Amino acid sequence: MGPRVGAATIAGLAALAVVAAPPFFVHLATLVLIFALLAMSLNLLIGYTGLASFGHAAYFGAGAYAAAVVTLRYHAGFWLAAAVGMAASGLLGALFGLLATRSRGVYFLLITMALGQVTWGLAYRWVSLTGGDNGLPGVPRPAFALGWPMDDARGFYLLALLAVTISLLVLALVVESPFGYALRGIRESESRMRTLGYPVWGYKYAAFVTSTLLAGASGVLHVFLNGFVSPVDLHVSTSAQAMLMVILGGSGTIGGPVVGAASLVLLQNVLSTVTRRWMLILGVLYVLVVLYAPGGIVGLLRRRRPRAWPERGPARP
Amino acid sequence: MTFWATLSINGIAFGMLLFLLGSGLSLIFGVMRIVNLAHGSYYLLGAYLGVAIMRATGSFGLAILGAMGSMFVLGTLMQRGFLVRLGTNVLSQVLLTMGFLLVLADLSLWIWGGNPQILPIPPALRGSFAVGEVIVPVYRGFVTAIGGGLALALWLVLERTRLGAQVRAAVDDPEIAQAMGINVPALATVMFGLGAALAGLGGVLGSPFLGVYPGADLDVLTLAFAVVIIGGLGSLPGTLAGSLFVGLADNLGKALLPELSYVTLFAPMALILAVRPRGLFGRT
Repeated sequence: MGPRVGAATIAGLAALAVVAAPPFFVHLATLVLIFALLAMSLNLLIGYTGLASFGHAAYFGAGAYAAAVVTLRYHAGFWLAAAVGMAASGLLGALFGLLATRSRGVYFLLITMALGQVTWGLAYRWVSLTGGDNGLPGVPRPAFALGWPMDDARGFYLLALLAVTISLLVLALVVESPFGYALRGIRESESRMRTLGYPVWGYKYAAFVTSTLLAGASGVLHVFLNGFVSPVDLHVSTSAQAMLMVILGGSGTIGGPVVGAASLVLLQNVLSTVTRRWMLILGVLYVLVVLYAPGGIVGLLRRRRPRAWPERGPARP
Repeated sequence: MTFWATLSINGIAFGMLLFLLGSGLSLIFGVMRIVNLAHGSYYLLGAYLGVAIMRATGSFGLAILGAMGSMFVLGTLMQRGFLVRLGTNVLSQVLLTMGFLLVLADLSLWIWGGNPQILPIPPALRGSFAVGEVIVPVYRGFVTAIGGGLALALWLVLERTRLGAQVRAAVDDPEIAQAMGINVPALATVMFGLGAALAGLGGVLGSPFLGVYPGADLDVLTLAFAVVIIGGLGSLPGTLAGSLFVGLADNLGKALLPELSYVTLFAPMALILAVRPRGLFGRT
C-alpha cells in the first residue's frame, strides 16, 4: 500500500500545482480530468465486472445534452443542470442496462454499441431538440455557483479535480468492498457466482447504472468546459477512445484509467498541432497497445515487481 | 399505395446490400469468434476503389472484380498477420480492428479527399421499369437480384457441398472439426477473405445510390451490426431476415419519422433482444 499512497500524494500535489500554470494548460488539465472520470466509470465495467461496454459515449453525451438543454431553454443554474444531466444519464443507463446486462461477452459489447448508436442517431436527427449536426453551442458557465468561482479556468479546474478525487475515492472503496469482490467474481465466472447464490444480474445492473451516472457527471463537466455539445460526443469513436484509455492505462486498476486518459489527451493535443494525420497515429496506437501492452502502462510498471501470489488478472486484451 | 410500394422496394434493395456486409460479418464470427469493426472499412475501400477503377477503365465489371479481389487480399492479410494472434478475446479484437478502421479511414481521406464520390451507374442498368403502377429503378432491381442470388448461392454452398459441411462443422465445434482432419485455420482465412470481398462488393454496388464519403464505414458498420444482432451471429437465414428487417425499417423510418429514424430501427431491435438475447436465429 506504501508506494500507492506515495504516488497518490505526488499526483495530488501535481494536480494542485497546475493552478499556477498558464490558462491553456489549465484547460488541458481539466480535459484530462474529465476524460479520466469517463475512463474510470468505464473501468468499473471493463476492469472489475468483465463487461466490455462499447457505447459509453452515450451516457457521457446524454449528461452533456441534458445539462445543455436545461441551461439554454430553461436557464437552469449550474448545479441544477448538473443534477439533471447526471439523472438523465442514470435513467438512460437504467433503461439500457435492462436490455444489455442480460447478456455478456460479445453480445453485451454489440448491444451496448447498438444502443450507443441509437443515442447518437437521436442527437444527430432530432434537430429541434439537439440542434442536429451543429450541436448546441453557447452553453454559458455562470460566474459563481454556490459561491464557487466558475468562469475562471482555475476555479473550474479545481471543481473538476474535486469531482474526480471524490469519484476516485468512492470507486476505490467500492472495488475493495464485498460488492467489489463480488463484481470480480462475476468477471472471472458468472456461473460460479450464481451457484454460490449471488444475485448476479442485480450486481451487474448496479455496476452498470453506477458507471453510467459517473459517465454522465463527466459529460456535464465537459459541456461546461467547452460550452458546446455535438453528436461527436456521443459517437462510437468516443466510446472507443474511452475504451482505449482504460486499456492503455491498465484495466482493473484504480489509477490506470487516469494514466490512460492523461496520456491520450496530452498526446492528441501535442500531435494535432504537428500533423494532420492524428487519426492514423491513433489507429496505429490502438494496434500497438493490443499487441504489445495489453496490461497497459500500469501493467508494464508492475511487471517489474514480482507478486507473492500470482493473481488472475482483469479482462485484458 | 404506390408510396408504400416504392418505399418497400427501396428498403428491400437496401436490405440486400446490407446482406452482403452482414453475411461476411456473421460467418466470420461464426467460424472464428471475431468481431471485426474493420468490416465497414472493406465497404469504404471497396467503394473508393470501385470508383477509381470505373474512372480509369470505364468498366463496371472490372470495378467489381478489382474491389473484391483487393479486399480479399486485405482481409486475409489482416487475419493472418494480426487477428490470428489474439485468440478469442473480444476486447482486444475490438480495439485492434478499431485501430485498423481508423488507419484505413485516414488513408482513404488522404488519398481521395473529403468530398463524397458517386459511382456512375453503367448505361445498361440505368432507367426504370413499371410493375403495375409502381416504378422500379433498374439498378435497385439489379442490386436486389445480386443480393438474392448470392444469398441463395451461399446457402447452397453451406448446405449442399463438402466445403459447406466443413464450415458448418467448424462453426459448431472448431476443435473437434480440426481433430476430424478439417484444416480449420485455412478455412477461417478463406472465410475471412470471402467476407471482406463481399463487403467490398457491397461498397461498389452501394456507391451509385448511397455515395461514398468519409464516415460511410461506420454508418454501414452500425447497420450491419444491427443485421447480425437481430438475425443471430453465425446464422445465414438469420442474416437474411435481419437484412430485410433493417433495410425496410431504415427506409420506412426515414420517410415517416425523420427525426426519430434511428429509433424506429433500433427500438424493435432492442425489443427482439429483450425476448431473444441471441437474435432471432441465434443459438441459445
